[in-house]
Amino acid sequence: MTSSNVGIVIVSHSKDVARGAAEMVRQMVGPEVPLAHCGGDPGGGLGTSVESIMAAIAEAWSDKGVAVLVDLGGAETNSEMAIELLPAAQRDRVVICNAPIVEGAVMAATESSAGSSLAAVRSTAEELYAGSMVR
Amino acid sequence: MKHPVGLHARPSVKLTKLAKSFGCRIEMAQQPAGPWIDAKSIVKVMAMKARRDTTLHFRAEGDGAADAVDALSELVQRNFDEDHADAPAS
Repeated sequence: MTSSNVGIVIVSHSKDVARGAAEMVRQMVGPEVPLAHCGGDPGGGLGTSVESIMAAIAEAWSDKGVAVLVDLGGAETNSEMAIELLPAAQRDRVVICNAPIVEGAVMAATESSAGSSLAAVRSTAEELYAGSMVR
Repeated sequence: MKHPVGLHARPSVKLTKLAKSFGCRIEMAQQPAGPWIDAKSIVKVMAMKARRDTTLHFRAEGDGAADAVDALSELVQRNFDEDHADAPAS
């Protein structure tokens, strides 16, 4: 079964940050958005892994696509690598948002909950960096 | 709006989600003269930073416009359904 709403994936270097951001999305937006998170390296330290990012994308998968929120450098490059490794049919439906991880995830999920397209979800998350919040 | 924290994150999400459930165009403002913002934009609703005791104004145009304005006003008057959050259920 796949949801009619765009999925959200949260990728942080820290397992706790990823879990906390996902918790905020769940509590603020609700259960109707497919959501997955991952963070930390397999040894329990800080880091990200391509494998767990791919698993998170699979968990949050929606035919409408998946928006990925990342924190720092490696989270982004490993997410890019994870996307490249997806089957061709899925690859084009996963985007990384250029947005702060926590705020972007809540904004993206709010947009997704209304059944918006992947492009709309991404642009709502990225609107934050466009200066609307800080003016 | 009587919510102690004003239009903070959770109420903003609720308001936006409700607005998005209507097909019509919906705008809101803190003063009748505006500026009016798109009530379906979570980023713009949060950026309003509307505080407690602000009067929120809604206007809508299109299918179900009157219902949309009623529903949004009621949500604000119900304190975004957060009154019970800190109190034990009776």
